[in-house]
Amino acid sequence: MDPALKPAIHALKKQFSAKASEFRGQSSLLLAPEHIVEAFTLLKKEHGFEMLAGMSAVDYWPEREPRFHIIYQFLSLAKNIRLEIRVPLNGDEPELPSVHKVYGVANWYERELWDMFGIRVQDHPDLRRILMPEDWEGHPLRKDYPLDYEEVQFSFNFEEIDLRKPRPKD
Amino acid sequence: MGLEQKLGNMGIVTTTLDTMVNWGRTRAMWPMLFGLACCAIEMMGSQASNYDLSRFGMELMRPSPRQSDLMIVAGRVSRKMAPVLRRLYDQMPAPKWVVSMGDCASCGGVFNNYAIVQGVDEIVPVDVYVAGCPPRPEALIHGIMTLHEKVKGETIRDWA
Repeated sequence: MDPALKPAIHALKKQFSAKASEFRGQSSLLLAPEHIVEAFTLLKKEHGFEMLAGMSAVDYWPEREPRFHIIYQFLSLAKNIRLEIRVPLNGDEPELPSVHKVYGVANWYERELWDMFGIRVQDHPDLRRILMPEDWEGHPLRKDYPLDYEEVQFSFNFEEIDLRKPRPKD
Repeated sequence: MGLEQKLGNMGIVTTTLDTMVNWGRTRAMWPMLFGLACCAIEMMGSQASNYDLSRFGMELMRPSPRQSDLMIVAGRVSRKMAPVLRRLYDQMPAPKWVVSMGDCASCGGVFNNYAIVQGVDEIVPVDVYVAGCPPRPEALIHGIMTLHEKVKGETIRDWA
């Protein structure tokens, strides 16, 4: 673990009872969803993590409870250190407080979370789909979303798939 | 063309007319700028000076569908882009042709999933498919020459 990370990790552990872990030199903290706005304000103001470098989610269904882990990746440009914070969430329609007031870039990242995983973000100014078309149903990156692939046309089943293919009317 | 309907099948007159009309159509076919993804780079490459498309009359790619008669769909079409593609095709005046360039436009390519249209012939009628990922400029030019052969075989009685 990078020694420059120690003050930040220690502060978060003490104040929000975060659990630290490490993987291949990258430090990660597990945090409860209620505390994220406070914790991120602390990280930004006092520990110098000016940049939210990335935000994404993982769906661990059906192997693990809780189902979703939201991953926030912070970068401190002054100290050149990176920290990852994971927020576990459960349920079919989980809710998460928005951090866009702390880090403005989280606006579109949270829209992507809504679009791809169905994680509803509270207090978001403009929560709508960002990658898929607006009237799309379903959240594609969930593990229970069907694969939706087209059957391959080999020579033995060429005609039967040809009959089913959608074609334009003119 | 009213001439056709009035005179009917007049043999040598209409064949010469056909030849002349198709000669005009093939020698100055204006493509529409429809490069969506990586195939667009190869399309630009074939338009540029080494593999020149201007020698086929396609001096520049028209950005407006109203002024073009060939739509080269270069690249993968996502489900979000599909209605836009159809609308642009509808805005092109007849006679119009479509060349589906690359694997993604012809059959979905490597992307067999929910987000990509599996072959642009689900949306618009395609005349020539050019295979490749991306097709070399020579392959695209071969596709365009195949289209020219197809147009030469057309008769104006079909369009009229």
